[in-house]
Amino acid sequence: MSTPRTLPVGEHALLVELEDGEAAGALHAELLRRRAAGTLPPVREIVPAALTVLLDGVTDPQALAAQLTRWRIPPLEAGAQEAVEIPVRYDGPDLADVAALWQVSEQEAVRIHSSAEFRVAFCGFAPGFAYLTGLGERYAVPRRDTPRTSVPAGSVALAGPYTGVYPRSSPGGWQLIGSTDAALWDPHRDPAALLGPGTPVRFVPRAAR
Amino acid sequence: MTDRALCVVRAGALTSVQDEGRHGHAHLGVPRSGALDLPASRLANRLVGNAMGAAVLETTLNGCAVRPLCAVTVAVTGAPCPVTLDGRPVAWGAPVRAPAGAVVEVGAATHGVRSYLAFAGGITVEPVLGSRSTDLLSGLGPALLRDGAVLPLGSPAAAYPPVDEAPAPGVPQELVLRVRPGPRADWFTADATAVLAGGHYRVSSASNRIGLRTEGPALRRAVDGELPSEGMVLGAVQVPPDGRPVVFLADHPTTGGYPVIGVVPEPDLAAAAQATVGMPLRFAPVGRP
Repeated sequence: MSTPRTLPVGEHALLVELEDGEAAGALHAELLRRRAAGTLPPVREIVPAALTVLLDGVTDPQALAAQLTRWRIPPLEAGAQEAVEIPVRYDGPDLADVAALWQVSEQEAVRIHSSAEFRVAFCGFAPGFAYLTGLGERYAVPRRDTPRTSVPAGSVALAGPYTGVYPRSSPGGWQLIGSTDAALWDPHRDPAALLGPGTPVRFVPRAAR
Repeated sequence: MTDRALCVVRAGALTSVQDEGRHGHAHLGVPRSGALDLPASRLANRLVGNAMGAAVLETTLNGCAVRPLCAVTVAVTGAPCPVTLDGRPVAWGAPVRAPAGAVVEVGAATHGVRSYLAFAGGITVEPVLGSRSTDLLSGLGPALLRDGAVLPLGSPAAAYPPVDEAPAPGVPQELVLRVRPGPRADWFTADATAVLAGGHYRVSSASNRIGLRTEGPALRRAVDGELPSEGMVLGAVQVPPDGRPVVFLADHPTTGGYPVIGVVPEPDLAAAAQATVGMPLRFAPVGRP
């Protein structure tokens, strides 16, 4: 793995840029391991994203940056953690469009999506909204030309290389392929988010209502 | 129900419950939230004998009025404003003893934007993820104040600090925000930092608890294309496609896809919280070139 690039973010934060999402996920996992082992200096927030990990609330970001570049970071291990299974009714209004973009039947699109092994790359947009990777770039789809003013809670949706599930109703431009009753976000549950960064995920087809 | 509570008589334009915010959940997409003018909310709490992070009310421009159902000590800080107790003027920036049933009215700010009302014992609405702050971006925490709403109060501390008045910074006529360059300063043209530093900006009316928006010279990009989403910090100066910098405040999104040219240090953000629409704004680059 090439040396990560570290970028300054104000006085108390550090942005680490990796070559791809896998490497960002591996660094995130390593940071959590080191934090759990008590060998990481205090960090208030560890925020993974597409190609980066942000470390915020750090006393000496430059010292941490120097330390990070010397780490040997093991690659992400598939199957190390049990996957969260999300039951899905593949009944989304954009399923036909997605199947057409993939040049397959709707049935085949469902098979492709429900047989992929996903991982939460990062969260954002809304509490509990996870960006899941696993389909691969060849199944990347554009956003809708016109975003919907209201996407129902539980919608399973695609945009770019990502799959996401709307934790609650909100405006959105993603392609809706299905829906789930799983509670993605419950602030009174610990953890509040069903899908935190790094979580492996599978979508399991259920009969449409 | 106990009488240790407040009844909202006049909610005001946008009054919310705020404490020091929701930390440690940014990786789940949860903004930090919390009082925008943190030194002011801490001072208000100290004046009534609370821990500095107790929940207070944060008003926006036109104040609010509440009726405590019990006798309680209250202090108002932040944006200077008239304060009355059952219509009689009382001190701003000092502890005031309000008898049960009296109306505490915080008037329109004479300078600045946000006033803070602390009550001895603090506002004790149910915390969400360890904080009582209202988060306007993601809707976590208690609802904005509504007329007639009732908010519970905690038990006051046994002893009060021997303070009857506290100095508070005046509100400047111009907002100056220091900016430390990075992480994406290299996404902009070579002159962008000079434009930011020399530009005459003004505070835009589109500003809110999420970000301080600006009007002024546009910063031009040297790198086209989209930046993959990355983590955002408080004080980040994000530059959307129109080129007008936005300074991220407490309710900012945890990730974003527009490049950040620099970061405003946290101590400068209290002044940003009190900057009125149209106020002149200068950015002062510090540190690394």
